[in-house]
Amino acid sequence: MGRSTTSKDAQALFHSLHSAYASTPTNLKIIDLYVMFAVVTAVIQVVYMAIVGSFPFNSFLSGVLSCVGTAVLAVCLRIQVNKENKEFKDLPPERAFADFVLCNLVLHLVIMNFLG
Amino acid sequence: MTRNLGFLVVALVLVASLCEAKIFNPISDSHRSAALQLFSVSDGSFGSLEETYEALRTFEVLGIEKKADTRASTCATVVDTIGSPSSALKDLFQALRVNGILKCELNDEAFKGIMSRIKDAINDAHSLLDYYYSIGGLMLIKDQTSEVAVHLGDADRIFRSIKALSQGDGRWRFSSNNPESSTYAAGVALETLAGVVSLASSEIDHSLIATLKNDIVKLFDGIEKYDDGACYFDEKIIDAHMHQGSLSASSVVVHGLTAFVTAARGSLNLPGDKISGLAKFFLGIGVPGSAKDLYHQIVALACLENSRVSVPLILSLPATVLSVSRKDQLKVRVNTVLGSAAPPLSVKLVQIFSSGSKDASVIDQELKLDPESAVHVLETLPKNVDVGKYIFSFEILLHDPEHKKIYATGGRTTVPLYVTGVISVDHAEIAILDSDLGSVEIQKKLDLSGENAVALSANHLQKLRLSFQLTTPFGRTFKPHQAFLKLRHESGVEHIFVVGSSGKKFEIVLDFLGLVEKFFYLSGRYDIQLTVGDTVMENSFLQLLGYLELDLPDAPEKAARPPPQPVHPYSRYGPKAEITHIFRAPEKRPPRDLSFVFLGLVLLPFFGFVAGLFYLRANLRNLPKSTVPVTFAMLFHLGIAAVLLLYTFFWLKLDLFTTLKALGFLGMFLTFVGHRTLSHLASTSAKLKSA
Repeated sequence: MGRSTTSKDAQALFHSLHSAYASTPTNLKIIDLYVMFAVVTAVIQVVYMAIVGSFPFNSFLSGVLSCVGTAVLAVCLRIQVNKENKEFKDLPPERAFADFVLCNLVLHLVIMNFLG
Repeated sequence: MTRNLGFLVVALVLVASLCEAKIFNPISDSHRSAALQLFSVSDGSFGSLEETYEALRTFEVLGIEKKADTRASTCATVVDTIGSPSSALKDLFQALRVNGILKCELNDEAFKGIMSRIKDAINDAHSLLDYYYSIGGLMLIKDQTSEVAVHLGDADRIFRSIKALSQGDGRWRFSSNNPESSTYAAGVALETLAGVVSLASSEIDHSLIATLKNDIVKLFDGIEKYDDGACYFDEKIIDAHMHQGSLSASSVVVHGLTAFVTAARGSLNLPGDKISGLAKFFLGIGVPGSAKDLYHQIVALACLENSRVSVPLILSLPATVLSVSRKDQLKVRVNTVLGSAAPPLSVKLVQIFSSGSKDASVIDQELKLDPESAVHVLETLPKNVDVGKYIFSFEILLHDPEHKKIYATGGRTTVPLYVTGVISVDHAEIAILDSDLGSVEIQKKLDLSGENAVALSANHLQKLRLSFQLTTPFGRTFKPHQAFLKLRHESGVEHIFVVGSSGKKFEIVLDFLGLVEKFFYLSGRYDIQLTVGDTVMENSFLQLLGYLELDLPDAPEKAARPPPQPVHPYSRYGPKAEITHIFRAPEKRPPRDLSFVFLGLVLLPFFGFVAGLFYLRANLRNLPKSTVPVTFAMLFHLGIAAVLLLYTFFWLKLDLFTTLKALGFLGMFLTFVGHRTLSHLASTSAKLKSA
C-alpha cells in the first residue's frame, strides 16, 4: 500500500513539475533542449572513454570540454534571456545572444588548438 | 710494430741531420725532363719574348732539340717587334736575344734601322738597365750579322758613366737617383761593361779595367757561405717585378763575370773554392720548381762550364751505401757541372772520419781510374773501415799543371758514406734465474737468425735473463742503434726495455720482484719480442721469441690500474657499429567498429535535438522580412559557418598564425553583420513592445 502511495506521490510530483514547466516560454525550452543535447553528447564521450581507455587524452578532453563549455554558455544565455530574472531586465536578448556567439567562437578556437 | 717503425724513422732523420757533408750531383736527365715540363708551350709559343728566350736558352744548354714547333710563331713576333718603330728598348733586346738562338730571317736593313735607334738610346741613357738593353742589343747585332759594322766611338765615356753607378762594396745601383745597391745590378753592370769593352773601337783605358777588377774582388769578398761549402751572393732588395733572390742575383753575377773575363782577356785572381762554392750552390738546389729558377740555374752553370775564370769540377758518388757482404767498391766520378768529362786527373782518398768520434784516420790512398766508365774505384776499403757511418774526404789531383789554372777543384770534398754489412748474432740465450741464489732454473738457446718459440714460466721471485753477442763481419763488437726487449701482455699492455751492452755481450736481467708494480700485477701470458736494428745492419730484425707465463701476486687495493689500450688508428676509418632504433610501442587503439558505433551514438543526441525542435514547434518567424536585413542575417550565419570551417582547417592543416590572421578579418566582418542583424532584431522587438 505504502509503495503505491509513494509512487502516486512521485507521479503527482512529476505531473506538477511537468505542468509548471509547460508554462515556460518556447525560447527557453529550446535552450534547455540544447543544453540537454550538449550534456548527453558529453556523457556518451565519457562512456566511450571508460570503455576504450583515455589514449588520445587531449582529444577526449577537448570533446568533453567542448560539450560542457557549450552547455555552461547556454545556461548563461538562458539566465540572461529569462524575463523572470529582474537582474537582467535592461539587457536585450539580442545582446545576450551576441555574447553567447562570441564566447562559443573563442571557446572553440581553444578547443581546436587543443584537439591535436 | 708501428712504434718500432717510428723509432727507426726517428733514427734515420737524426742520422741525416747529423751529417753536415752533402753530395752535389752534376746536371742530369732529371733536369731535362723538368725543363720540358716547366717550359710548356701554349698556343705555339712560350709566352712573352723574355720567357721564350729563357726556355730556348735552357733547352740549348741542356741539349734539348725543341725549336721547330714554336719557331714559326716566335719568329713572326721577333720580326714584328724589330720592325715596329714603337717597340720599347727592352722588347728589342729580348727579340734580338731570341733571334740569336732561332736565327730568324732578318734583313740588314732592319738591323741598321734598330741600330741607329739603339745608339740614340745610349746617348739618352740614365739608368743601368737602359745601358744594359742598348749595349746588349748592339752586342747581339754584332753577333748576328757581319754586314753591319757595330762600334762604339765614345766607349770610354760610356764606361765611366756606368762605372759611376758602382758602390764601394762592389755592388751597383740601378740608377743615380736610387741609393739602394744591389748584387743583381752588379751582375747586370758587369755584363754591360763586358759589352762596352768588346764593342769599343779603340782600347779602353787600362786603369778603368783595373778598378773594375778590383770591384769584382770586393764583390767576391762579400760572398755568403754555407757549411757544406756552397757560396752564393745575397740579395737584400727583393723586388716582385724583377724576381730577384739569391739564385737570380748569383746567376746574373756569374753571367756578368764570365762575360767580362772573356771580353777583357785579362786574368782575374779569384779563389777557386769560391767558384766551386758557387757551382755547389747552383747544383745544391737540385731540380727547381719554377721555370725562372731553372733558367737561372742552368745558365749560371753553363757560364761556369765555359768560363775563362776557372771551371769547377764536381766530385760525385754513384752510391753512398756500400755493402760489405756484397763486396761493393767505392766509386767516385768527377765531372764538370753540366756532366761532361773532366781532364786527366786522379782522386785521392785523404781522410776518413768515423761518425760519433772526432778522430780521423789519414789514409792518403789513390783511387784507380777505370778508363772505360771514367770512374775512379777504390778496390778494397781501408783496413780500419768496418760497418758504420763515415765521412770520406777526397782530393782531386790534376795531372797537367797547366790545368790547375783552368779548373777549380774546390779543395777537399767530404762525402757521407754508409758501410753496411750482415751482423752475426751469437750466443743468444734466455734463462729463468732464481732470485735469491742466482741459480739457473731453465736455460734455452735461441737461434736469432731463425724461428724461435720458447715457452717459459716464472713467478715474482724469479728473474729473466736474455743475452746475445753482435759481431761485425770483421770480427768486432757491433753496437746497434736500437736493441729493445718487449713484453706484451694478453690484454695489450706493453713494456719496453732497452737491452744494454756490457763489454762484448748484450744482456738484460728483469727482476720481476721489482717490476710487479710496473706490470700492474697482471699475471698471465706475455709475448717476448726482441728488436735489434741499425741503419748499417743489413739483417736488422724484429722477432717474436716465444712467451712467458708470469705468476704475479694479487694486486693490493691501491695499485695502479693498467692504462686503457689505445684504439688502433685505422679502426677510425672502419665501419661503425650499426645503429638500431628502438621505437616506443604504439598506444593501444580501440577496435574500429566500437569507435564507429560511438560516432553514431554521438550523433544521436543531435537528432534528438532536431526532433525536440520540431516537437516544440520552433520556427523562423522572427526572421526579418525585408531584403536588406535578410541579407545581413544570412551573411551573419554564413560568417559563423565560415569561422567554424576555418577552425576545421586549423585542426586539419593550418598553423595558428595563419588561422589568427584569417580569423581577424572574419571576426571584423562578423562583428559588422552581427551588429546590423541583432540591432535590427532589437529595434523590431522594441517597436513591438511599445506598440
